[in-house]
Amino acid sequence: MSDTTQTGPVLAADGTPLKRSLQRALRREKLRALLLIAPLLIFVLVTFIAPIADMLFRSVENDIVADTLPKTVVALKSWDFHSGEAPGEAVFAALAADLQVAVEAKTHTRLGSRLNYEKTGISSLFRKSGRKVKKWDLASDAPFREKFIKIDKDWGDVDVWRVIQTYSGKYTNGYFLNAIDMEKGPNGPQWRDESQQIYLMLLKRTMFLSITITLSCLLLGYPVAWLLSNIPMRTSNLLMILVLLPFWTSLLVRTSAWKVLLQQQGVINDVLVWVGLVADDNRLVMINNQFGTIIAMTHILLPFMILPLFSVMRTIPPTYLRAAKSLGATNWTAFWRVYFPQSIPGIGAGSILVFILSIGYYITPELVGGTTGVFISNRIAYHISSSLNWGLGAALGSILLLLVLVLYWLYDRIVGIDNVKLG
Amino acid sequence: MKSTNLLLAASALALLAPAANAIELTFVSWGGAYSKSQQLAYNDPYMAAHPDVTIINDESSPEAVAKLRAMNEAGNITWDIVDVVAADAIRLCDEGLAMEIDFDKDLAAAPDGTPATEDFGDLLVSDCFIPEIVYSTTFGYRTDLVGDTPPTKVCDVFDLKKYPGKRSLEKRPINNMEWALLCDGVPKDEVYDVLATEAGQDRAFKKLDTIKDSVIWWSSGSDTPQLLADGEVIMGSTYNGRLFSLIEEKKQPVAMLWDAQVFDLDGFIIPAGLPDDRKQAALDYVRFATDTQRLADQAKYIAYGPARKSSAPLVGKHADLGIDMAPHMPTDPNNAKNTFLYNYEWWADYRDDLDAKFQAWLAK
Repeated sequence: MSDTTQTGPVLAADGTPLKRSLQRALRREKLRALLLIAPLLIFVLVTFIAPIADMLFRSVENDIVADTLPKTVVALKSWDFHSGEAPGEAVFAALAADLQVAVEAKTHTRLGSRLNYEKTGISSLFRKSGRKVKKWDLASDAPFREKFIKIDKDWGDVDVWRVIQTYSGKYTNGYFLNAIDMEKGPNGPQWRDESQQIYLMLLKRTMFLSITITLSCLLLGYPVAWLLSNIPMRTSNLLMILVLLPFWTSLLVRTSAWKVLLQQQGVINDVLVWVGLVADDNRLVMINNQFGTIIAMTHILLPFMILPLFSVMRTIPPTYLRAAKSLGATNWTAFWRVYFPQSIPGIGAGSILVFILSIGYYITPELVGGTTGVFISNRIAYHISSSLNWGLGAALGSILLLLVLVLYWLYDRIVGIDNVKLG
Repeated sequence: MKSTNLLLAASALALLAPAANAIELTFVSWGGAYSKSQQLAYNDPYMAAHPDVTIINDESSPEAVAKLRAMNEAGNITWDIVDVVAADAIRLCDEGLAMEIDFDKDLAAAPDGTPATEDFGDLLVSDCFIPEIVYSTTFGYRTDLVGDTPPTKVCDVFDLKKYPGKRSLEKRPINNMEWALLCDGVPKDEVYDVLATEAGQDRAFKKLDTIKDSVIWWSSGSDTPQLLADGEVIMGSTYNGRLFSLIEEKKQPVAMLWDAQVFDLDGFIIPAGLPDDRKQAALDYVRFATDTQRLADQAKYIAYGPARKSSAPLVGKHADLGIDMAPHMPTDPNNAKNTFLYNYEWWADYRDDLDAKFQAWLAK
């Protein structure tokens, strides 16, 4: 008992303190683990995190004005638009110098398109001016103010200069303001004209439709998943193929099939007219509206609800239900008090999956949604691929991302994310 | 002996040479019948004349502008020749993503020696854009669903009393705003001046309001033909080539309403920043593909008009149907009695603003 009187640290066999020795072993272990997941980590970083970070950055980035017109931006600092007059000769001289460089590099038209998002007409203003300014001699052709205004009287427009000044910073919140139907006015942020407000409405509609689609997927998917998990394996495997079959068919084909079924001269209307439920001149409008979007997307996303539900339900022992009934519960009580609570993890997983998928859908709504059934993602797609306003597209995407994160957090608070199971 | 060896070596080299210098051109177009017409009229003859060139088809034209910009940012341009509509070409040129063309130097002259700039005339709407075809957006109607007096004027589209039923229009402001103003009594040459004002835009929206509930909005060129074939709409706008195929190839009871058809252009651009050898190869291809005979040849396979004046007399019969193609061209005098020219410059300025307003109006 007396040999434990040693007061120094506990030593390992090789004489180093045990604590340090253990730490070293642990560190080696951790490093090996890290190396093992490194390929995946790098892959996720490069293909997932980096693009998202890039998108978030694009929504505030605004280098183009200061990069293309460096001298003008500096000269414009002292100008105050409240004066009600276009800036003086110094600014125009700087503009002439900047434009000559920009025309050489062919960046002036790019800047024009960028500023045209904020004020209509700037695109052609820059294109037109670039052609003329190219031929000027900076040393001998001064003064430039009158010359610019002679090219286009818009150069004398205070509002054009205000836009250039407002967007001369390296970063801007303009895209985000735009994404919530606001703009940078002369006196700070202001609401856009009512005839141009659309994004908040689309955001609300996207939420509403996504929730509706999730609920209808749940309503349709729950009984199917229950059936699948309560019949013999062989039959359930066969039925599972039917659930998965839509996965193997092209999205466009499935969407077009809904068109054939739902349109006014389509199969369903024909049958209804033939049966006599609907008058021939009063056929139901079931497509090119919200109804069409809900139907088509519920069909497309249904497997994403059924699969997690099925895998959770399969793990619920049927004996529990029998036990509940033998103790006197009615069918409903047995289901509601015993079975349903155990299937909640599946409902959570399926709902999150369907909701997040539907919030970013745009092909199906574009084809069957008409004007009332399109999502905010349709506008994002438009800005990315057609108007090239990537900043606005990025801002809209960021807002959507934020919204999903908030909903995820809410879900975690209310239901608990540990309660989500995919099997 | 020596000379035989040399000869052998030389012939071996000659055999190897094409493989070593093989050029691959990535050709981006719209797919479908249109790509097929280009394959038959341009690509096959070009590859036959240049065995060392392989043309790889890509059907990315609908997303060409966004993809080219992404390629440019990544510094890796994989396309050599891109087929786009004029509005996209102007945007690409503005963004510095398309190469500027020296038309008289880079393009073939007409057979009679007329320089290219004159042969294409005012169809050269951008410094980067080589026009290929003239197409038009126009209306088709169901002959069996419009009663005894078929529509003859574009304004009949706005006349719900005379022609009750659904019509299909494109889900964007371009063309629809112009037609609305024309039918609200604005003279043709003042349309864009009126449309530039707030009051003019309201006026166009008011006119469109009168038929809004009877419109199915399309976003893909194949929508209107399908809607017409199914009888979902009694009339609708789309590209004239689509209607041609619906009427002549699919034999549907549909007729063309050429009135106030809006001319538009489609053609080639070459991406900016290509390495020199690829640039030369692309230029050589474009020079061949847009000469007088080749442009006329394309009209054998699809009902779009050649962009060169000198090609018009050479337009012959459809390759499969054997019908005369000239009367089906949007540029044919009988069809072009009343036409409308799309103002590219104007739309480049107003597109962002009006599109926002149009989408907000649609959603209301």
